[in-house]
Amino acid sequence: MNIRASLQAPGRGFRLWLLSVPALFAATALLVSLGLAGAGIGIVLVPAAVVAVRRLADTARRLTGEWTGHRVERPYLPEPAGPESAWGRFLRLVSDPATWRDLAWLLADPFVAMFTALLPALLLLYGAWGWFLALGGGRLLVGYGMNDWYAFVHVHEGYGDDLGVVALTAALGTAFLGLGLRYGPRLLDVYGSWAELILGPTEAARLALRVEHLTETRSDALDVSAAELRRIERDLHDGAQARLVAMGMSLGAIEHLLDTDPARARTLLAQTRESSARALHELRDLVRGIHPPVLADRGLGDAVRALALDHPLRVEVNVDLPERPDPPVESAAYFAVAELLTNAAKHSGADRVWVDLRREGGALRISVTDDGAGGATLAGGTGLRGIERRIGTFDGVLALTSPPGGPTTVTLELPCASSSPKT
Amino acid sequence: MRVVLAEDLALLREGLVSLLEAHGCEIAAAVDNGPSLRKALLDHRPDVAVVDVRLPPTFTDEGLQAALAARREVPGLPVLVLSQYVERLYARELLADGTGGIGYLLKDRVFDAAQFVDAVRRVAAGGTAMDPEVISRLVARGGRDEPLARLTPREREVLELMAEGRSNAAIAQALVVTERAVTKHTANIFGKLGLAVSDDDNRRVLAVLAYLDRDR
Repeated sequence: MNIRASLQAPGRGFRLWLLSVPALFAATALLVSLGLAGAGIGIVLVPAAVVAVRRLADTARRLTGEWTGHRVERPYLPEPAGPESAWGRFLRLVSDPATWRDLAWLLADPFVAMFTALLPALLLLYGAWGWFLALGGGRLLVGYGMNDWYAFVHVHEGYGDDLGVVALTAALGTAFLGLGLRYGPRLLDVYGSWAELILGPTEAARLALRVEHLTETRSDALDVSAAELRRIERDLHDGAQARLVAMGMSLGAIEHLLDTDPARARTLLAQTRESSARALHELRDLVRGIHPPVLADRGLGDAVRALALDHPLRVEVNVDLPERPDPPVESAAYFAVAELLTNAAKHSGADRVWVDLRREGGALRISVTDDGAGGATLAGGTGLRGIERRIGTFDGVLALTSPPGGPTTVTLELPCASSSPKT
Repeated sequence: MRVVLAEDLALLREGLVSLLEAHGCEIAAAVDNGPSLRKALLDHRPDVAVVDVRLPPTFTDEGLQAALAARREVPGLPVLVLSQYVERLYARELLADGTGGIGYLLKDRVFDAAQFVDAVRRVAAGGTAMDPEVISRLVARGGRDEPLARLTPREREVLELMAEGRSNAAIAQALVVTERAVTKHTANIFGKLGLAVSDDDNRRVLAVLAYLDRDR
């Protein structure tokens, strides 16, 4: 039994149940505004109520996810990109099945939560009450005329005199405490299943959300790869290609000079050799930017270690990858880490960086932490948005924590198989 | 000097064969893949192996792995690894056993035939030949290293050439100074870096490489 989870469950369950209070208000607001829809004013009120309901439901989703381990996704139909008329907005919200499911949640959750999430806390309270009675509280209250039952123990006049009854009360109290602790996590888990069922998306909503996400990331992916091809074309055109042309011309000149001015031909030859070495160097850099050789040879772990070796800061790399992820995922992860390391060197003022690569469930989890000044934001032109967009193509997500004063941690999570999950 | 050569591109392989033969080497075997390389190394026991990192069948670091495996069976077998790219990670793995007889060069270095053959001979004799690019990256990363920062620019040049594996005579020639001057510089460098002075050229190089490649 996980003691920590057992101790946390009652408090968490209680707080989940507390959501019932605003839920009651929200349900009333929603029902009233729906009732006023016929009178016209509801057209404006319903969207306002729905926004409030969704905010509350989002809180419940977040807490459920954090505390019960049941990840509850948002089920709502996507907002249209352009402007929307009041009537259109009303229709969209009313025709979204998620709105009605939210309403069902608002009405049913107080009861469901009481018998699941709240139960551990109730059991603990009742157990504590038993001990209070046994330890003298019972005798005291009976003195004030108490005549009540604790489970099946009758607490009435003369209660404190029979030690056997007092011991039984204490034993019952202990049993309730034990039950509350023993089954707390399991009851929270039951509540989590309920929340997942009612607050999570239906199959149709899931598909709609997925289509939207894929459309967006596909166009991002196309933009990124088109820009990449343009860069490669330009690099080749201005670099290696130009040098080869120059070398061809030099060789022509050398051929001509060979008989007339051998000394000059010799200097020109040396220059040409220099030029060919430089062309190779440029091609090498270009290939490194497309697909680094160590990544191809050894996979992500060693490729990141190689990055760390060449990094100006002290970088510690920790790798726990039982098998190599798919090549496209590997490559996206590599370039993301490379960019994060560059960021750390450029912006953070850090001395040390820690990179952690591990497989968690079906996902590749990467965290890059530096001991720099912190205060980084996604928007601050740090390129984090770009990284987020690129890993978005693989359904990857990026999380940033960077309090002022540091440390800064960027966490990436990428599903290991590059093909989209079958939804 | 007997050489086993492994290079999968026929054009380059033939080029290397004729270059080495022109400089008086005997080619014991010229192979084009990893498994044949391992076999050739163990069959022929050459004075030195010249190996391309990337070889069939996997086209990853097959050549490097074959060379490392052969060195485990024949300790100290001199190996010169050629590559389109140099990686510090690979340099570190090659140097890991600390016995020398190791070379790691960019393929471009073949352009300068005399220097290349010199590197092959040095490796065959148990010395080292590290690509200047590896060394310059090692030194560049030591930018914040106190003892390194105390070196004069000239001492730094000497350090880099020494780390590549060049002898005092070769360093003197490259920098156009006397050998005595180089000896003085090396003594200063070892003093500043706190390394034990050794008369043995090879051990000296390995000490410098270990210093540069240490984890900071």
